Amino acid sequence: MINEIISMNGYEAYVISAFSFTLLSFSALYLITKTQFIKEQDKFVAKFGSLNSEKAKSAKSQRINKEILADATNN
Amino acid sequence: MFKFFEPNKIFQITSKAPKYVLLLFIIVLSIGLTEALFLSPEDYKQSDAVRIMYVHVPAAWISLGIFTSVTFLSIFGFIFKNKNFFLIAKSLAPSGFVFNIIALVTGAIWGKPTWGTWWAWDARITSMLILLLFYAMYLISWRIYETEEKVFKITTFITILGIINVPIIKYSVDWWNTLHQPASINILSKSTIHSSMLYPLLIMTAAFALFSLLIFLMKYNTELIKIKNKGLDRL
Repeated sequence: MINEIISMNGYEAYVISAFSFTLLSFSALYLITKTQFIKEQDKFVAKFGSLNSEKAKSAKSQRINKEILADATNN
Repeated sequence: MFKFFEPNKIFQITSKAPKYVLLLFIIVLSIGLTEALFLSPEDYKQSDAVRIMYVHVPAAWISLGIFTSVTFLSIFGFIFKNKNFFLIAKSLAPSGFVFNIIALVTGAIWGKPTWGTWWAWDARITSMLILLLFYAMYLISWRIYETEEKVFKITTFITILGIINVPIIKYSVDWWNTLHQPASINILSKSTIHSSMLYPLLIMTAAFALFSLLIFLMKYNTELIKIKNKGLDRL
């Protein structure tokens, strides 16, 4: 019974390769997108850290900047 | 009119959403894979090779859907001079591109046992390949053109040209004699697929849609942070 399911009537190589290719593409796209996101987030934190107190205060007045920083520290 | 589309407001949602979407995607994909690989029946003609349908068809549907959305977003962005529409379109395109590749590759893998060939210059397959070229041109344009105005114009032009291909893909199996079978699922008329195969197909489509949403959210957040990085430089 289990052998029958795994062998898929002789089509297992085609079925498994189609599903594997799909899942590998998903993983690759996810990893690339995640890496780009972390890189941009790190760049933001580094730039923010290099601002003087006056500029940092002005940048922090924008809600989105605060959220990016909070998100970066949570990750 | 488009206050809802302001990046500052959207970021509050998009920054928190990915982890929930990822969790939901894993759950739906697990159910979909169990249904597609083990629980759904084999086809009376194609036997177990039919299981490739559960990745091939959703990938093709979503790549077409994303390209259509990218086109409308680009046109709206151009008409209403709203930069955020372009940003949403740009963030959607990578997953559409990958789904297009998946549709072509899994189609080739399915073609070998059912048609006896990996590839044929058939109307449906060729028009899907043309769509991939439009996706590639769209994504490359964002990389090579630096001025916003130019990139907005060129990407809109590419999508308008590319959208002409979408109805050709859809109706190619009716207009020409193709190796590719006609559609089994119709919204306006009765579908010719049994529910035991239709439900796994819909579950896999939902999983794929969740994945494209996840990639869109991550990509959109990246684009917003990129803009904010430039903003910090100007302070």
